[in-house]
Amino acid sequence: MGVLVGKNSKIIVQGFTGSEGTFHASQMIEYGTQVVGGVTPGKGGTTHLDRPVFNTVSDAVATTGADVSIIFVPPAFAADAIMEAAEAGIKVIITITEGIPVADMVKAKAYIADRHCTLIGPNCPGVITAGEAKVGIMPGFVFKPGRIGIVSKSGTLTYEAADQVAKVGLGVSTAIGIGGDPIIGTPTLDAVKLLMEDKDTDAIVMIGEIGGEFEPKAARWIKENGNKKPVIGFIAGETAPKGRTMGHAGAIVSGENESASAKKAIMRECGIHVVDSPAQIGAKVKEVIG
Amino acid sequence: MNIHEYQGKSILQNFGVTVQRGYVAHSPEGAVEVAKKLKEETNTPVFVVKAQIHAGGRGKGTVTETGSRGVVIAKDLDAVKEKSAAILGGHLVTLQTKAEGKLVSKVFIAEDMYYPGASEPKEYYMSVLLDRASGKNVIVYSPDGGMNIEDVAHNTPERIFKETIDPLTGVNDFQCRRIGFNLGLEGQGFKEIQKFVKALYAAYVGCDAAMFEINPVLKTSDDRIVAVDAKVTLDGNGLIRHKDYLEMRDTSEEDPIEVEASNADLNYVKLDGNVGCMVNGAGLAMATMDIIKLSGGDPANFLDVGGTADAKRVETAFRIILKDPSVKAILVNIFGGIVRCDRVAQGIVDAYKNIGDINVPLIVRLQGTNAEEAKKLIDSSGLAVHSAITLQEAADKVKAVLS
Repeated sequence: MGVLVGKNSKIIVQGFTGSEGTFHASQMIEYGTQVVGGVTPGKGGTTHLDRPVFNTVSDAVATTGADVSIIFVPPAFAADAIMEAAEAGIKVIITITEGIPVADMVKAKAYIADRHCTLIGPNCPGVITAGEAKVGIMPGFVFKPGRIGIVSKSGTLTYEAADQVAKVGLGVSTAIGIGGDPIIGTPTLDAVKLLMEDKDTDAIVMIGEIGGEFEPKAARWIKENGNKKPVIGFIAGETAPKGRTMGHAGAIVSGENESASAKKAIMRECGIHVVDSPAQIGAKVKEVIG
Repeated sequence: MNIHEYQGKSILQNFGVTVQRGYVAHSPEGAVEVAKKLKEETNTPVFVVKAQIHAGGRGKGTVTETGSRGVVIAKDLDAVKEKSAAILGGHLVTLQTKAEGKLVSKVFIAEDMYYPGASEPKEYYMSVLLDRASGKNVIVYSPDGGMNIEDVAHNTPERIFKETIDPLTGVNDFQCRRIGFNLGLEGQGFKEIQKFVKALYAAYVGCDAAMFEINPVLKTSDDRIVAVDAKVTLDGNGLIRHKDYLEMRDTSEEDPIEVEASNADLNYVKLDGNVGCMVNGAGLAMATMDIIKLSGGDPANFLDVGGTADAKRVETAFRIILKDPSVKAILVNIFGGIVRCDRVAQGIVDAYKNIGDINVPLIVRLQGTNAEEAKKLIDSSGLAVHSAITLQEAADKVKAVLS
């Protein structure tokens, strides 16, 4: 079952006929994900990958009943695509696009705030419910079905965690790549809440980075709510210098509480099983849940 | 993207923000030329000579070679020439630069704003930036301008104010008024600050800024509100719709190796350690730096090769890492998802052969799609490369080559 996406999700692809959209939509279909169509303005009425193409998201929703959208639209137009999806009633909007101007995201985030939808990303690898639906650009085979949820800011580090989890004989329920930008739709805390309430998830791996205050916030909430499920944590960037952007625009240490060691200390205080080495994530999960 | 004060002011001015006017010059003679022009336009009695570098604290900073401050007053054209000569070509050391300082190749010759008049001039602090927690822009301001804002925040936090801006309305009138009241302004100055804030916020959104810091904002003796300094940082993602701002990038302010990397579309940050690394993905790259540290080394760099780690990119990345003489070992850590590891491995083998004289140990960890094939390819290449599949193995091998 998992969260956000599953075998019953009906997915449309915004930016369907572009090269990125085409490649990853094919991979998603091959994984068994229920892709019901796509949107490319001006190409409505045609078919692509044996699926209908629509001019607008509202047309796609009216015809297919889609409830999830994945966005591959170029950065200059991506925030508009997010707002279009929200306006059309899409419930889960997963935005892969990297490089969206911050000013556009400030506006889009405010626009979707009261429209009852969940935005994942932007600048993220997407969401996968192992064995059911892959709505993203991650390599599906790394995510063996199981009962460990993953929340992560980073793409390849998510794959690393999933791989380590598989190597200790466990598997993944849902992995949520929340994205590395300064403004994202679903911060760590919201993703953790979803997995805490999911009956198919027994433990959560929470992976963060330097910068921002998402992980400490999540950690405090976890403690206040009685540490209902074990959480294993890692924060990348212990060795990153202050004031420099490390790849992800959000990964810049500006305040004292945003460094890796400060975040890890708060997480430990809140009863999270923190590893210092990213090579020990899988082993720690095994140790904690036995 | 960081830009100079004179560039930031030109952007602000285009959006109707009142700024201290001036012109940039590259030589003492040029400084005199622009000073003459400025005198005609503004009738300023004296001039301010301001070093243009990407670092704050210039006024209190010192030019190593001459002992001059980074911002000085020049009473006449002769003084403009003399004082510019004492700054240009020197290295300016401030609290925000490294010990060797930054080479100054430009000065901004500006009008004086602290002229006497009906009331005392007064300095304020104002910045605009993104509050990540709320996803909204905020205007942070204080009646204590002209000083280090971190000190104000630490000593008198009650003198720092914040206005959160609703993205759908922009800055509202009542917020502009509140800023005026909190700064203790009245009369004409109270009216002027409202116009100033509106224009400043319009500029912030209009130019796709990542941060504005105006310190000081000055109320002049005749009650005008003026941006005397302007630290403007632009959102790199926003440059897609401001091609004209690309010319404002001053690569002489950046590390030359980082410039070369960015030209090759590689995300590279130079660090001070002894183990170089090459990784796909920013989060995994930082995690790799951490594992180098845990293995007894220190990361020499951050380098994200991105999703397409082909032979050419890998080769460029190697060449960049090897430019750093303190690199004693290199760890390559690739998690192949959509990218196949055997292709990456072939890229590494080709790059290694092309470069020829890599005489530091190389540890290659390839995991994900076709990892086994990739390991075989590396092991049978005859190259002096240590291969690994798990991250722990890679860490152990880094430890082994360092000891």
